[in-house]
Amino acid sequence: MKRYLPWIAGAALIALPFVYKQPYHLHILILILIWSFAYTSWSMMGRFGLVSLGHGGFMGVGAYVTALLWNHLGVSPWIGIPLSMLAAAALAMVVAYPCFRFRITGHYFALVTLALSGIVLQVITATRDFTGGSLGYTPERTKGNVFVALQFTDKETWYLIALAVWAAGMYVWYWVDRSMTRYALEAISEDEDAAAAAGVNVTFEKLKITAISAVMTALAGALYGQYQMFISPDTVSGISVSLQMVFAAVAGGIYVAFGPTVGAIITILLNEGLRIGFGTKAVGWDNLIYGVLLVVFIIFLPKGTLGSILDKFKSRAPAKS
Amino acid sequence: MVGFFDIVLLEAVINGLLLGGVLALLALGLNLIFGVIDVTWICYAELIMIGMYAMYFLFSVYHWPFPLAAIAAILTVAALGALLHFVVISPLLNAPPINQLLATGGVLFFLQSFATVFFGIEFRNLGIRLPVLEFSDMFISYARLLAFGVALVGMVLVYLFLTKTYTGIAIRAIAQDRQIMTLMGVDSRRIYLITSALGGGLAGLAACVLVLQYDVHPFVGLSFGPITFLICVLGGLGNLIGGFVAAFLFAVIISLGGLYSDLEWGYVLAFAFFIVMMFIRPAGLLARRS
Repeated sequence: MKRYLPWIAGAALIALPFVYKQPYHLHILILILIWSFAYTSWSMMGRFGLVSLGHGGFMGVGAYVTALLWNHLGVSPWIGIPLSMLAAAALAMVVAYPCFRFRITGHYFALVTLALSGIVLQVITATRDFTGGSLGYTPERTKGNVFVALQFTDKETWYLIALAVWAAGMYVWYWVDRSMTRYALEAISEDEDAAAAAGVNVTFEKLKITAISAVMTALAGALYGQYQMFISPDTVSGISVSLQMVFAAVAGGIYVAFGPTVGAIITILLNEGLRIGFGTKAVGWDNLIYGVLLVVFIIFLPKGTLGSILDKFKSRAPAKS
Repeated sequence: MVGFFDIVLLEAVINGLLLGGVLALLALGLNLIFGVIDVTWICYAELIMIGMYAMYFLFSVYHWPFPLAAIAAILTVAALGALLHFVVISPLLNAPPINQLLATGGVLFFLQSFATVFFGIEFRNLGIRLPVLEFSDMFISYARLLAFGVALVGMVLVYLFLTKTYTGIAIRAIAQDRQIMTLMGVDSRRIYLITSALGGGLAGLAACVLVLQYDVHPFVGLSFGPITFLICVLGGLGNLIGGFVAAFLFAVIISLGGLYSDLEWGYVLAFAFFIVMMFIRPAGLLARRS
């Protein structure tokens, strides 16, 4: 029975938009799926102690490169998205290679990547003649559903696309989880020197996971841009997006496959709940609650919600000093 | 004869150096915290934002005299720093460093939205317009000059405190070896708390200076927070002198970049410079560690 559970759940998820067409609820589901995918990409690195605060930058590259290519050169997102993913991978390599080569880890790595998301944000703002600066940017609209432009007016199609991408993300996680790379990276996160002595190519393994993570994040950014049809530096790039990713992933649990998804469900439902419950009075309250929760989670539940639930059998020493 | 071009260039360099004073002041407290407690306060710029609000409310709303308001603001932020350490950092002292960084990231969210919810998103300023000094065709901001002076005095005071007082020496000793010092009879928890309050107080001092030049709003921290971290990393986290040098380098790059193009490009240049420098000197400009 347990073997068939994923297939049954998958079939139920695919069948959902055909039986349930409430647009608002589908919209929430699409957002959850896209952000889950982004958070999962972050956790690919985060689970191995590579805490990046630059993923907002990769997301921005994904969203903006795709939209700019479409608007200025008429390149279809079907080509633009892979190009944007390549761009993100190249950016990740340029920053990550020296970091890993020169053993920049922990705090330093987090702060260098913070600089990266700062650069992307500033470049988007500075090139305002092309990108619209901080006012945001809209990919040129086509009428109705146009496959080439990757623009669809109905939520059902988007739901299926987001679901497919999310499932692909889960598969990549599963694939990494079962590969030698995982063991290598776990060894590296414990002790780099010992891992190197045991024959692990530290720089290469780290670069591999960084590239995977950056490419996936760019895809999430591009998808988000195509779905929302509006991107601005604040929503897809910069430090607050990077921190938001970290928060959601940590809240859900970065060491388990569905952790980031749970994190996305928690944050987006919290966000929407506050928005509906309190309207404009809720402005700011969502982040207020995020902030407190993030601190509480890190102090008391460093493995996240799902991680702690799955972990309940294991006795855990209280996190007090 | 000095041509027009050179005057503009010189003006940019001087203003850059003065900006460097402000940045150095910003980096000072953060560096101190990192050097002693080995924790990065990602929310440091938000503490400054709270300090700026304290100045705004005390000075503009309750009409306190400026020096009194400044002292009150510094004390407020110092108390906040100690509170931050007590509530968030001390339970995490033995956790992986990255968890401490993320927890203060949570505090960043909290402080930002706290300001949004309770102070509103309007841009506020003190309503003081300090004069601009004109000096042989160059325009130099008085507020920046003041900030530069305050930064220098602050640096010297911190230096004297760290080298001449018992507590200061204990702080430096803890920074060198945290295990041994507790065996030597130094109460490390007390030292950490004092250092946090001191770091907070420096944030408050920076706030008093910044509020003269910039409007305060809940997201003001994002505009100078990242650059402060970069300065600390470039100088070598915890290396006070390195941070000072890095602050001036950054400031000159930003103002020169801003001279030839938009200010954002100045920042882009500075960020790019930072990344290049990380490759050349990964442990900071004046690295002691290898």
